[in-house]
Amino acid sequence: MRDRKNIFYNIDWITILLYLALVLFGWINIYASVYNEEHNSIFDVSQRYGKQMIWISLSLVLALVILSIDSKFFSTFSYLFYGLTILSLVAVLLIGTTISGSRSWFQIGSFAIQPAEFAKFATCLALARFLTSHNVGLKKLKDIMKALMIITVPAFLILLQHDTGSALVYSAFILVLYREGLSGSILLIGLVAAVLFVLTLLLGTPVILAVLGGLIFLVLILYKRLKKSIKPILGLLVLMAAFTYSVDYAFENVLEPHQKKRINVLLGLEKDIHGAGYNVNQSKIAIGSGGLSGKGFLKGTQTKYDFVPEQSTDFIFCTVGEEWGFYGSLFVILLFLLLLIRLVQLAERQRSRFSRIYGYGVASILFFHFAINIGMTIGLTPVIGIPLPFFSYGGSSLWAFTILLFIFIRMDASRLEVL
Amino acid sequence: MGSDTYSKRRYIIIGIFVIIALIYLGKLFSLQVMDHNYKLFAQDNVLRYITQYPSRGLIYDRNGNLLVYNEAAYDLLVVPRQITKLDTMELCRLLHMGKQEFVDRLVQTKKYSYYKPSIFLEQISKEEYAFLEEKLYQFPGFYVQARTLRKYPIPFAAHILGYVGEVDRKEIDKDSYYRQGDYIGKSGIEKTYEHLLRGQKGLKVVMVDVFNREKGSYQEGNFDTLAEAGKNLFLTIDKDLQLYGEKLMRNKKGSIVAIEPTSGEVLTMVSSPAYDPNLLIGRIRTKNFRKLSRDTLEPLFNRPVAAQYPPGSTFKPVNALIALNEGVIVPETRFSCDGVISKPIKCSHNHYSPLSLINAIEQSCNPYFWNTFREIIEQERFTNIQQGYNNWRSYLERFNVGSKFNTDISNQRSGNLPKDSYFNRYYGESGWRALTIRSLSIGQGEIELTPLQLANVSATIANKGSFYTPHLLKAVDSIGNEVNFFTRFNETGIDSSYFNPVIEGMHLVYEGEHGSARWYKVKDIEICGKTGTAENPHGDDHSVFMAFAPKDDPKIAIAVVVETSGFGSTWAAPIATLMIEKYLKGEIARPRWFEQKMLDADLLTKKEEGSEGP
Ligand SMILES: [Zn+2]
Repeated sequence: MRDRKNIFYNIDWITILLYLALVLFGWINIYASVYNEEHNSIFDVSQRYGKQMIWISLSLVLALVILSIDSKFFSTFSYLFYGLTILSLVAVLLIGTTISGSRSWFQIGSFAIQPAEFAKFATCLALARFLTSHNVGLKKLKDIMKALMIITVPAFLILLQHDTGSALVYSAFILVLYREGLSGSILLIGLVAAVLFVLTLLLGTPVILAVLGGLIFLVLILYKRLKKSIKPILGLLVLMAAFTYSVDYAFENVLEPHQKKRINVLLGLEKDIHGAGYNVNQSKIAIGSGGLSGKGFLKGTQTKYDFVPEQSTDFIFCTVGEEWGFYGSLFVILLFLLLLIRLVQLAERQRSRFSRIYGYGVASILFFHFAINIGMTIGLTPVIGIPLPFFSYGGSSLWAFTILLFIFIRMDASRLEVL
Repeated sequence: MGSDTYSKRRYIIIGIFVIIALIYLGKLFSLQVMDHNYKLFAQDNVLRYITQYPSRGLIYDRNGNLLVYNEAAYDLLVVPRQITKLDTMELCRLLHMGKQEFVDRLVQTKKYSYYKPSIFLEQISKEEYAFLEEKLYQFPGFYVQARTLRKYPIPFAAHILGYVGEVDRKEIDKDSYYRQGDYIGKSGIEKTYEHLLRGQKGLKVVMVDVFNREKGSYQEGNFDTLAEAGKNLFLTIDKDLQLYGEKLMRNKKGSIVAIEPTSGEVLTMVSSPAYDPNLLIGRIRTKNFRKLSRDTLEPLFNRPVAAQYPPGSTFKPVNALIALNEGVIVPETRFSCDGVISKPIKCSHNHYSPLSLINAIEQSCNPYFWNTFREIIEQERFTNIQQGYNNWRSYLERFNVGSKFNTDISNQRSGNLPKDSYFNRYYGESGWRALTIRSLSIGQGEIELTPLQLANVSATIANKGSFYTPHLLKAVDSIGNEVNFFTRFNETGIDSSYFNPVIEGMHLVYEGEHGSARWYKVKDIEICGKTGTAENPHGDDHSVFMAFAPKDDPKIAIAVVVETSGFGSTWAAPIATLMIEKYLKGEIARPRWFEQKMLDADLLTKKEEGSEGP
């Protein structure tokens, strides 16, 4: 009894409040997005909002269960979870059910469960376990490769299920590796390459090359002041120019026309309103029409009349934007930002390196989902269908994120016990 | 373990989170607060403006007989995005469509839009639709929209009524009322009175989802406008007479135009060969139109208003009237005639000479009218031929010869009334005189009239010098609600007293012992007429006749042209006479064989058999 009380006393209520706020606001918006007069009770379980209520209730039970488990349990069975996950990912490829193009579901009666969602926390645990193993360090190439293996095996299996979005989530672990000592230049190169790639296609090679040329000229003028760092800066700029040129070359000469078109649409270079860019366009219209303060609860027209596809799942943010306006957008983004920062703070206060790595893993995954999901609704990132954590409709994803988060909350609650 | 060498990196990571959040907030601020386009775009997106098509006005004849009505037809629409589990073969079977055509049409609609409905198949008939309706639920994504088709209970008067078709680009540019896919009158009455017939489109504003599914009306229908049905039109046409005229002209090439002289109302306008107006509706129009336009008999050609013929001898009364009004002859004036050896124009037959005006008209003496014409043109008060010619010409202009009537009759051509400049160019300014253009005296040569113009000449003589512009619309909305958009009174400037001898002469054409229509006179009806033979450089002459009756209280003026049938007295005169009798008496009293001969005559086949004929 004392132990239990102790745990709840040590629990980080800020995180839990942020979690509850996101889940409840998400539920309200799911209600609004599929609202119809015939079934106007938010508790109507024949509708998505009613179902989501059940998922939420079950998530809370799940959270309580996790909180009552000894925190050592997770580190002890990390590899077991990971192994089971890999098995289920292989199994789903063999005996899974295909739903909207992805062979990634286990159908049990009317329930469908997506093992890919649960692979995230297992991978997170396994990575934390591996990095805290004796004699492992991210300065050694062999260990880096092993860490990358842990991350890429589930990603690869998920890719085989044609769920590109969920597979890409695993690239978020680069943040964890960076925090644990991976060379900063790798992170930087990754980020710069991604940004340059998008900018090159967006603004065109000449503009980018001109800007880079201008920067090189500037560096040469400021020669005296920059004395020491001039060589690396110049080298970096030249490299960027070369990269830009090669992206352009690859785009023009390597890609097939339909691939080019898809990328162009993603970047908003091609106005194909009813084609590939339709979703993003409709989504932007819905969000844009919300204005500063929104149309009001249940007053959205764009999301309610099915202009925005998958409005209760991947495009749930549209409903926020339309009905709650910029204030609503600000509210959701701040909730996520606070949650992410809080998670970093919690991770940093861990005495156990295992808990810290896991904490960063949770933050990275949530961040990736948050960035890609909201980014795609406002046309800043490619449309890869991944849900907005705690917000989007769906049992699997809600449970998976709940498990992911509450394992960390549980670890944090007992941070003082360790050592 | 606690803090380690890399713990500062937390700030980099938090920095990335913050930067992304700020970028997104910036983007959201610009989307939601700065950019107002999205708000407008959203309105367009969710409110669909659904056009309510009004029913097109019906068309009746002068006695209230229905000539044109609307029949429901259905367009099959498709929203490609909504198609699921499509049983192509079954749908092809229902639509009587080949699989390839089906696929082609579907590809076409997909090109237009996956989300918006587009027309898959136009104008499915009521019968086909009844069949399709029961099964349509099996084909999600397909649904029908009611339209109307014009229908003609009596398959006649096609040239008068015209037809309706889809608007083209030019018509849309000209009138912003029209949208792609709307129907518009393309010819005839349908075109002339399009603005009355079309009514006013209504608008229903509804909220729709992306599948165009209606989700209820917008703001309780406050922005909706009701469609206003088109106006019903009552034409001046007499159904029975028109039908009878078309029967008489069957298997003949030519025209009949009948006008009520006291009003200018066109009673009948027959163009032969004609076509069934039901051929030019709906989906079959394009195919049939192509077929009709390739027909060597030119059934699409609107002969009464667009064919131009030299009036021949029917023109003689006009020259007589001009001469009387100019004072160059009096009714008693006689000119000698040497029959077939007359110079410069021979007479077509030998007769007592010299004839007075009345008998010259009765016997159609060419030398008499040559002399009359010369007297008109070469009066002493004119200093040159041009003055004389233009004086003569101005009379004809007042008969509306050489120009189109400003009226509701479409496809009109103006005929031909050459200007003096034409002869100047041809012969030099001083190189011509009355003798040079003597053909004009007997209605041959350069002068050409449309049958409508000739009928109007007849009406003008019947009215003794004036006419009402011929027109086709009698009343709008109800039979009593008469309109006179184009009813205009026109005067020729010829004193009405001069008409008596001319009318007397035309009466003798029927009643006189030498009259060319004496065989056809009708008991109890005093008909005045004039035969003519229009020279045809391309083959047999055209048979021409103009007439009006009754003589003292004219109720009908008529012109008949039967192409390549020779003398006016052979075909045109009896047909005109039957028409007059039919109109005035309602039935034909003369022996049945006479009427039957006219009805049965097949001049088209005859022509093919022996184009060498006399
Ligand atoms: Zn003679």
